Amino acid sequence: MFAEIFFIASSLIAIFASLAMLISRSPVQSALWLILVMLCVAGLYVTLSADFIAVVQVLVYAGAIMVLFLFVIMLLNLGSVPSLDQIDAKKAIGFVLLTVILGQLVYATSTTSEYLSTAIIENPETGTALNIAEQLFTRYVLPFEMIGILLLVATVGAVILAKRTFE
Amino acid sequence: MGIPLPWYLTLSAVLFSIGVMGVLFRSNLIIILMSVELMLNAVNITLVAFAQFMGDVSGQILVFFVISVAAAEAAIGLAIVIAIFRNKLTVDVNNIKLFRH
Repeated sequence: MFAEIFFIASSLIAIFASLAMLISRSPVQSALWLILVMLCVAGLYVTLSADFIAVVQVLVYAGAIMVLFLFVIMLLNLGSVPSLDQIDAKKAIGFVLLTVILGQLVYATSTTSEYLSTAIIENPETGTALNIAEQLFTRYVLPFEMIGILLLVATVGAVILAKRTFE
Repeated sequence: MGIPLPWYLTLSAVLFSIGVMGVLFRSNLIIILMSVELMLNAVNITLVAFAQFMGDVSGQILVFFVISVAAAEAAIGLAIVIAIFRNKLTVDVNNIKLFRH
């Protein structure tokens, strides 16, 4: 019962904060709303008893990535911008298409719910750091090393891109 | 875990749609990048929910990799934003026309 209330509260806060991110005028406000969304998503991972991913979410997303965003916003010294431009036909068509896709997704998840509930094997032990580490360093050790190389390349690329001046 | 799986999937669909709306409707490059992060988060919710409900840890390892790639993507994307701002003095995508003469 407590888990349902917690899920509904954090999902409502997440939806509200993401809409506020979408319509707020200044980029700093958008970044702060997005941090709130990240924290709510971490709370949802806790309701799924995926503790390790929840901690990683708070550390990497709400910590590192959003601090990087705020740092760049302050570095560029942007003023507040008009939140949404004028509504033209292209945006109206995009909104209609998006609503149709969202309705389709919700319809698909609601109709397959009875089929999904038969396949459920609830195992609260799945999300512990021990289980993740066992799989990560045995079966998925090659992707793990490739992620390390990818992060190195991304760091070098970011430094070069931020230093170089184009013609 | 008394929460049914379709709740997570519906929430993920809603958040993903809001992220797509941000990419389509905003013209600030930094807010577009933030919307991409929101979409990645929505997909992560789906992956973790399926992984927990099916008792398979592989989905969570995929989320771990997605978070790593998102960090790399944010670093590269923001470096590109800085490079564009240094040359064009704007981060508005309507004013960045590199391929138009």
